[in-house]
Amino acid sequence: MSDSVKAKAVLALHRFGMGPRPGSIAAIGTDPRGALIAELERPLLLSAAANLPSSAKAFRTVADANARRTARAKQAQQQAKKQQMASASAASEVPPQAATQGQAQSQEKDAAEMAAKQAADAIPDPGRPIYLQEAKLRTEAALAADIGFAERLVWFWSNHFCVSANKIQSMSGAYEREAVRANALGRFADLLLAVEGHPAMLFYLDNLESMGANSTAGINRNRGLNENIAREIMELHTLGVRTGYTQDDVISFANVMTGWTLVPPGVDPQHGGEFTFNPRLHEPGGQTVIGKRYEQDDVEQGRAVLRDLAAHPATATHVATKLARHFIADEPPPALVAQMAKTYRDTEGDLKQVAIAMISSDDAWGGPPSKLKRPGEWVIGMVRAAAITAVDPVRYTDGQQLLGEALWRPPAPMGYPDDESSWIDGVGRRLDVANYFAEHVSGMTDPQAIIEDVCASQIASEVKQAVGRAESRQQALALLFMSADFQRR
Amino acid sequence: MGVVDHLPTRRELLVGSGALFAWSQMPRIARAEGRDPRLLVIVLRGALDGLGAVAPVGDPDWIALRGDRAVVLDGKPPALPLDSFFALNPAMPNLHRLYKSGKAAIVHAAATPYRERSHFDGQDVLESGMSKPGITASGWLNRALAALESNGRVDPRGSLALGIGSVTPLVVRGRAPVMTWVPQKLLPASEDTQNRLLDLYQHTDPKLAAVLGARMKLASLSGAPGAGEAMSNDPTLAPPGIARVRAYFAEAAGAAARYLARPEGPRVGAMGFVGWDTHIAEGAASGQLYNLLGALDGAFAAIETNMGAAWGETVVTVVTEFGRTARINGTQGTDHGTGTVAFLIGGGLAGGRVIADWPGLKPAQLLEDRDLKPTTDLRAVLKGLLRDHLRVEEKVLAETVFPGSADVKAMGGLVA
Repeated sequence: MSDSVKAKAVLALHRFGMGPRPGSIAAIGTDPRGALIAELERPLLLSAAANLPSSAKAFRTVADANARRTARAKQAQQQAKKQQMASASAASEVPPQAATQGQAQSQEKDAAEMAAKQAADAIPDPGRPIYLQEAKLRTEAALAADIGFAERLVWFWSNHFCVSANKIQSMSGAYEREAVRANALGRFADLLLAVEGHPAMLFYLDNLESMGANSTAGINRNRGLNENIAREIMELHTLGVRTGYTQDDVISFANVMTGWTLVPPGVDPQHGGEFTFNPRLHEPGGQTVIGKRYEQDDVEQGRAVLRDLAAHPATATHVATKLARHFIADEPPPALVAQMAKTYRDTEGDLKQVAIAMISSDDAWGGPPSKLKRPGEWVIGMVRAAAITAVDPVRYTDGQQLLGEALWRPPAPMGYPDDESSWIDGVGRRLDVANYFAEHVSGMTDPQAIIEDVCASQIASEVKQAVGRAESRQQALALLFMSADFQRR
Repeated sequence: MGVVDHLPTRRELLVGSGALFAWSQMPRIARAEGRDPRLLVIVLRGALDGLGAVAPVGDPDWIALRGDRAVVLDGKPPALPLDSFFALNPAMPNLHRLYKSGKAAIVHAAATPYRERSHFDGQDVLESGMSKPGITASGWLNRALAALESNGRVDPRGSLALGIGSVTPLVVRGRAPVMTWVPQKLLPASEDTQNRLLDLYQHTDPKLAAVLGARMKLASLSGAPGAGEAMSNDPTLAPPGIARVRAYFAEAAGAAARYLARPEGPRVGAMGFVGWDTHIAEGAASGQLYNLLGALDGAFAAIETNMGAAWGETVVTVVTEFGRTARINGTQGTDHGTGTVAFLIGGGLAGGRVIADWPGLKPAQLLEDRDLKPTTDLRAVLKGLLRDHLRVEEKVLAETVFPGSADVKAMGGLVA
């Protein structure tokens, strides 16, 4: 291979993939574009996921544990009270003074609460181990990928349609597998229906108990609407902000979405946590959203609105812009975005074709690597270069948190930002993480081998020099992983 | 995850959401007057419910509007009276004490010029200082600093942008050099490694060089906080309970104050706290919002304590992108609204009052029959602080800091 072919392969790995790892440049060969497209043709599903619970099962597991904690706590509290009453009556032949009586009562209450807390704490939260298993699975999929273009697309869509593990820890990984990964290379409308109909999203965006003012439940319970999901779907997931929808559209769409909820846990041991449409919560009658009437009176009303949002030209532009901004440049070339948006419109939102349109454009391959990698991509690139294929999920997710991109825990529904100015001040923190990682792997990782074999010597000469002069292997690795060759793509 | 378990923060407390971004120069004019003012800006992301924080208990429509969710004087716990009309959320005894001693003021029914309801755009307008979203990538605080004539660097080594693992808030992005600090949890790389990397960046990547260089300068400030403990092996990355939130707010705000207090430290800082988007089970009187406001109140205490002697020249302003609906929504929360409160605290304030041109709460008095109507332009408050505390010139405020705000008069009399 000539140097220019190798350079293009390295660019493809950093910009569109998960970064170079041993053998990946050879795997790309002389046709990086073709290799990227070929990766999109392979199945995206994870066979190892068979051992993990579905989102509904994970949800039930946590709900069960919570129910058991509550029951245990209650039991312990009652027991503590009984004991105290027994010992108090045994100790006092004479009725106590009012003051000491008050004191004794508050002590009793404290002791009972303490007992309740201890009993509850004896049952650990099963959500955390599930989260860690899911984190391990998705991270190791990124480490195992030849190039990682398809995995990068999964990560992109997962962030675009983010939920937060702070609200739904046990479901966050299963949500990505079931809704995002299963549809990331399909049609946007199918992806949209899958994510908005997923219990994790309905939970995250507060739709579970949103009810129409005139629905059966709304009338009985004198409660009503929550606008959150309707607004975020239009603003963040589909049309994009300032694209002409109004507050009235948000309210109408929120009415359309009433009834999209989940099967409550605890009723039947085999069910709970799955999506269900509950007609008792649904606002009856037709609604007008963005100038169109939707007369359906059930789950089909929401599906119809979502399909129309997916087909809206503003969505094509929004999706194309976000994809190009993520992969190519903070200010992506307008012609490239236009081409991608056109592909989206021409193929009815075929996301694989949109991705192919992106890498088919010369604009996608030009220019020096100007994008600063986000923390998650940067870490995975470092771990791949070190030829590591398995991770400790606790350490890994701790690291992500320290770098400001905690896995499946974005601070708001818009997900993590994608521009350099949001992340560049975090480079100092990256150095501490690189230093820590280098210390751990320096015994088995040769920085020269990374430069020569993994990166086919396609590394800036200044970096080679700095690595060559480093005082220790640890320092050499830290400098290499911190170099612009590893930070930018 | 529990359905029943509403955590105090519904959004992640991003590591670094409490980052401090600071400016290490001294405003010349203020110095010439023999003053050494400090300004800290705290952005509450997610839209704070101003009515839940500062309740108009004297408004005849208040109880009808919020029903049993209304914060009231005879509530459990009781709201803290501010004047004959307003009462403070019971979670904020520190703020109440400061208010009583004239060291805190509250602006109510305030808003930026933004009238839509997107968090992202709302924060863009709040932090950019523009009248519309999407106009600029710099923040009003940074432009104010850039316009101030420096009276020489506080620290002769100076500073540029420096980050330790967080997302830089827009309000301080821009051309004036800033440095940043976030709570550390890792042992930093050795000085030698940092020097070599800086040298490498200087030859290959000027932007990365600027960031790393600034970070190294900050670390060399005497007694800088942030030489962290080793990476925790503590497996509890569970969602933060309120104790963790309280600790985090206090640590971040306290560290900001420690920096601002130092003679050679910065004079202006900004930080952000997330988690105010209370769509479900808002719990103003006991619950989510009550807990968050309590954590913020703790942050105020940490600032006052750590400012020490500099407290008398300190002003802290707490702002949010917009308010929330006046009525409770169908899930005991509130949706995105418009008018809300801003808190001002500090030893340098002429406080002890609620500043509000009260719009009323009757349906016809609400904006679009849903939100508290804004009657005060938040820019008037910020302009007043920048003019009277830091001595930024009126013309600069109207043209550069808040472009197009010539008709928004700076609010006088906020600073003692």
